[in-house]
Amino acid sequence: MTAAAKIVPAFDAQKARGDFPILSRQVYGKPLVYLDSGASAQKPHKVLQAMTQFAETDYANVHRGVHYLSAAATDAYEAARRTVQKFLGAAREDEIVFTKGGTEAINLVSYGFLAPRIQPGDEIVLSVMEHHSNIVPWHFLRERQGAVLKWVDVRDDGSLDIEALGAAIGPRTKLVAITHMSNVLGTVTPLKDIVARAHAKAVPVLADGCQGAVHEIIDVQALDIDFYALTGHKIYGPTGIGALYAKRAHLKTMRPFNGGGEMIREVTQDIVTYADPPSRFEAGTPPIIEAVGMAAAIDYLMAFDRAAVKAHEHDLLTYARERLRDFNWLRVIGDAPGKGAIISFEAEGMHAHDLATILDREGVAVRAGHHCAQPLMERFGVASTSRASFALYNNRADVDALVAALAKAREILG
Amino acid sequence: MDQSLRELYQEVILDHSRHPRHFGALENATHKAEGYNPLCGDRVTVMVMLDGEGRVADIKFQGKGCAISQASASLMTEMLAGRTRAEAEKLMEGFLHLAKGEEAPGLSPDDREYLDVMSGISEFPMRVKCATLAWHTFKNAVEEGKNAMDEGVT
Ligand SMILES: Cc1ncc(COP(=O)(O)O)c(C=O)c1O
Repeated sequence: MTAAAKIVPAFDAQKARGDFPILSRQVYGKPLVYLDSGASAQKPHKVLQAMTQFAETDYANVHRGVHYLSAAATDAYEAARRTVQKFLGAAREDEIVFTKGGTEAINLVSYGFLAPRIQPGDEIVLSVMEHHSNIVPWHFLRERQGAVLKWVDVRDDGSLDIEALGAAIGPRTKLVAITHMSNVLGTVTPLKDIVARAHAKAVPVLADGCQGAVHEIIDVQALDIDFYALTGHKIYGPTGIGALYAKRAHLKTMRPFNGGGEMIREVTQDIVTYADPPSRFEAGTPPIIEAVGMAAAIDYLMAFDRAAVKAHEHDLLTYARERLRDFNWLRVIGDAPGKGAIISFEAEGMHAHDLATILDREGVAVRAGHHCAQPLMERFGVASTSRASFALYNNRADVDALVAALAKAREILG
Repeated sequence: MDQSLRELYQEVILDHSRHPRHFGALENATHKAEGYNPLCGDRVTVMVMLDGEGRVADIKFQGKGCAISQASASLMTEMLAGRTRAEAEKLMEGFLHLAKGEEAPGLSPDDREYLDVMSGISEFPMRVKCATLAWHTFKNAVEEGKNAMDEGVT
């Protein structure tokens, strides 16, 4: 064998595509072109297999029994926690709290960490490109406790105005809540810079990593970030599971969110004392099978050269951007340097929902609407956009199908 | 090309969506309601002037939305002008049946034929709400000017 024949491509997208059973199905008699991974990613066979196998061989409730299976299930659940720890680069496994998703992770910070620290007039800094799940929990504190939301704008290309963010952090700022990657614009935020600016004023930072964790390589220690939220179903894992990374020092001061089993040290008729983190924040029977599934998804993702995966997704983005340039009736929203593999656009004379309906009949699944980011829609003066989001299993043929379907939509609606 | 798409986005529908009839403000409206579809952010305001006998003397709508919601609102205003409230209600009922792909026995042959251009929507269950928004909003307007948003538009 020659040396050249031994060279394996860093990331074989076509091979990876075969890992996802659903991608071989058809819709309306046409091959499925799935460009909605930003809403939820498809699951590789390995993840589904890991969940089934666990349920068939090692399943019981966790942390409760003395019997064999209870120990096996607890081991699997805690191993899943270590997998998330490794994925995020956390120093300790007990800095990982399992939640039912990214939304719950952010709400946990709002309720457990920030609410007790808020006096009327205290400020929370956030950007206009946040997802509603990184907005509404802070609105709660505005409504209930008189917190003030300080909105940081994005530039016209969708990049974060980092100077404005720095300037928005003042003596009354209690938290910076910022997306790692916008689910509409694809903009990736400079977390390290943000954290440095916030910490210089002793303000903690929460990153909404629901999109960022899919595409970026994360090291919470290097970032020195205080909180990082992620959700399982977007990283090729199951629904019903997510995680919050929080620095140990913060977790220790946080009040519990839900009360119930698992999260206590002792309960009497008069008093209750709480378990140490992370159990304190995991009341009730957790999503055990889902935790195992999320760990399998992370293992799946980490087995690839992630820089190569990112390069592949970036290639798709660049290719899509080029091909869409042919349509002068189409306006792409979000062109920030270094953005991730999400492309949102508005089509002249075509409402996003009409467009998405026509694409759908061509087998092309895109998202249309406000993407749970209404303040951002307002910022760009649009009611809604269409969005194609790319995952590791997409290829250039998917982009071609999108372009062909767009041409058809123009023919029908234009 | 998918036949059901051609049917949904047929020329009549596109024409109504691009050149909606009865579009604008109705200065002397007696009834008015706003409809909102939180799913897509589409909004429609329906303004009605009922005469002494409860007949739709004039009707107008305003709003922004997809081709389906705009065309449906436009067609609706054309149909409702001159009708009594009872007639309007029967029309709406018939339309809701058509939108779900059901028979609409209560409709006169003429009305049935007129509404037929919208019946393609039944093949697109995710879009039925777009087509029914204006009708629900009209109903809310004539019933004490309620807000369609509070009604959980279906
Ligand atoms: C940027 C961003 N944040 C938060 C969320 C919420 O995630 P989940 O719905 O899984 O809780 C999403 C996904 O919808 C998202 O894209």
